Amino acid sequence: MGFHHHMSTDKRNIKAKKSITALPKTPTGIKGLDEITEGGLPTGRPTLLCGDAGCGKTLMSVEFIMRGATEFNEPGVFMAFEEKAEELADNVASLGFDLRKLQDEKKIRVDHVHIDRSEIEETGEYDLEGLFVRLGYAIDSIGAKRVVLDTIENLFSGLDNQAVLRAEVRRLFHFLKDKGVTAIITGERGAGRLTRQGLEEYVSDCVILLDHRIINQISTRRLRVVKYRGTVHGTNEYPFLINRNGISVLPITTLKLNTEASTERVSSGIPALDGMLGGKGFYKGSSVLVSGTAGTGKTSIAAYFAAAACERKEKCLYFAFEESPAQICRNIRSIGIDLQQYVDNGRLKFHASRPTIYGLEMHLVIMHDLIREFKPDVVVLDPITNLITIGSVSEVKSMLIRMIDFLQEQEITVMFTALSLNTIINDQTDEGISSLVDAWLLVRDIEFNGERNRGMYIMKSRGMRHSNQVREFVITDKGIDLVDVYLGPGGVLTGSAREAQQIEEKTGAALRDHAVSRKDREILRKRSVLEAKISSLQSEFESAEEELNKIYLEEELKKQITEKTREEITRRRRGNS
Amino acid sequence: MEQPERFDEEDLTVNGVYRLKLFIAGASPNSTRAVNNIKNICETYLKDNYELEIIDIHQQPLTAQHEQIIALPLLVKSSPSPLRRMIGDMSDTKKVLTGLGFHKDQM
Repeated sequence: MGFHHHMSTDKRNIKAKKSITALPKTPTGIKGLDEITEGGLPTGRPTLLCGDAGCGKTLMSVEFIMRGATEFNEPGVFMAFEEKAEELADNVASLGFDLRKLQDEKKIRVDHVHIDRSEIEETGEYDLEGLFVRLGYAIDSIGAKRVVLDTIENLFSGLDNQAVLRAEVRRLFHFLKDKGVTAIITGERGAGRLTRQGLEEYVSDCVILLDHRIINQISTRRLRVVKYRGTVHGTNEYPFLINRNGISVLPITTLKLNTEASTERVSSGIPALDGMLGGKGFYKGSSVLVSGTAGTGKTSIAAYFAAAACERKEKCLYFAFEESPAQICRNIRSIGIDLQQYVDNGRLKFHASRPTIYGLEMHLVIMHDLIREFKPDVVVLDPITNLITIGSVSEVKSMLIRMIDFLQEQEITVMFTALSLNTIINDQTDEGISSLVDAWLLVRDIEFNGERNRGMYIMKSRGMRHSNQVREFVITDKGIDLVDVYLGPGGVLTGSAREAQQIEEKTGAALRDHAVSRKDREILRKRSVLEAKISSLQSEFESAEEELNKIYLEEELKKQITEKTREEITRRRRGNS
Repeated sequence: MEQPERFDEEDLTVNGVYRLKLFIAGASPNSTRAVNNIKNICETYLKDNYELEIIDIHQQPLTAQHEQIIALPLLVKSSPSPLRRMIGDMSDTKKVLTGLGFHKDQM
């Protein structure tokens, strides 16, 4: 028995696991939410959407229904327990949908549940069958696939018998599952609980929490997926925005680092700079940081970059955090670029905002939104350092990571400008951000010889051969150019010192020519002297050798004679005997 | 205050008669009890002075929305005014009578 029992539980577990992995999802159509949930809400099941009053849960559920009806061909029922009919119509209209038309087309059915406690006397046992009949009828009459109950908790304040209410709410969730509708049930946040009535007990599949916080007088809306059965979901808080297009959740995209790397190049708009970057410019979809001290021409570089994109018939979105578009256009016109023409032909779009109007994440959401809408090829953020005034360095960094990831995914090339002050803290800022970017251009003031000139160099440029030279960066009314700088004993020479050096080098060359010819003659002379010496030594050696040979021959001769004499003596002795 | 007015207008002509509507959900135990209880109450306290209509919302689902029905059984007294709504199986006779407008000494 025991064995069998185990067998069956094992089987059940396997079955359960299978159904979890196969959990189908219904896209909400809400920007970003489907990405976070990897597909949407669990199909045919209720999802609890909770949060404080004014957190945006009604709007989010309205959008779920509207998008279902208009984009996914899924009719929807909206049962409102709190909002007045006009308020709901306003909400729908604010998203740009025509509620009446959708109702006439039987794509949407709205039912307002009105409970006035003062009208009702409780005279014994009751249940909520009326609600079930209404809901069932509404679903069946239009073949609804989506249902919103907003917010069912209001029943609890209208009726006394809490035990009945709880049992009936439980029954309602089963009812929704039986109907096979994808439902959102909203609930207001309670003390220490997700909802006042503990609705989270009844929903086992998906719970989403919305939050509306004010930090440093800046309001931020956030969304968190508290629970999603059988799905990998981010547990982070995702900021979201409510605007004329509805809700826009900012997903913390692809920290997967699996984005395609393009080998295509885009020009920086400054030929000499392209030259420093292996002759072709930046990689498409890469991120470029231009940092420098005040007044070093960061915005000019950004404007050239933007103008070059527009000239290529691409679109550029320019986020200005410091100057107004009019100011930028005027200033850039003075160095020979007319940005206004690109604004007029729709290729360039400015978005100017003071960093301090929103929180950091709101900026990010707004930027996301604009990028998704405008679909630029190139984005400029000028300057990002102003954002640090509203967030810490690490917050700005995490925001930029997300921004860069998002842009990389869309193959959008981005240029950030950053102001670096000559303080240690901001040096760190530079470095903190610079590790994220693919290319880093540094523009420096070079103060020398009573002048202030600009020097530019490429701190890094991933994946390409690039110049390691410091160039002088010259801004004239004809535009930007980069000139080779000179290294002198006192350091880098720029401006008039460079010109002086150039003149000096010219005169120096003539003198050098003269010196060279004089040295040549000297060498010739030395050569003949040496050659004479060599020949005299040679003859000296030859005579010495001769002498040595003579001695050797004499010795040999002597030896032979002595030998002969000895032989003669020996022979004579023998003959004698 | 949308629906009640319709009842009031109708009732201007009929004076003193109790007009009651009991909404029920099929033959559920609560519904059956409510029908029996309200019939008893009417016969005991309102004899020959009432009109009782019993409506099964399973048969008329649209009525549920029009009459703002959530909890069932529901008794609506539209006349004499004021309009009163009572939910439950009508087992608490005192509460039903209070809802119908009876004073303590009349019960």
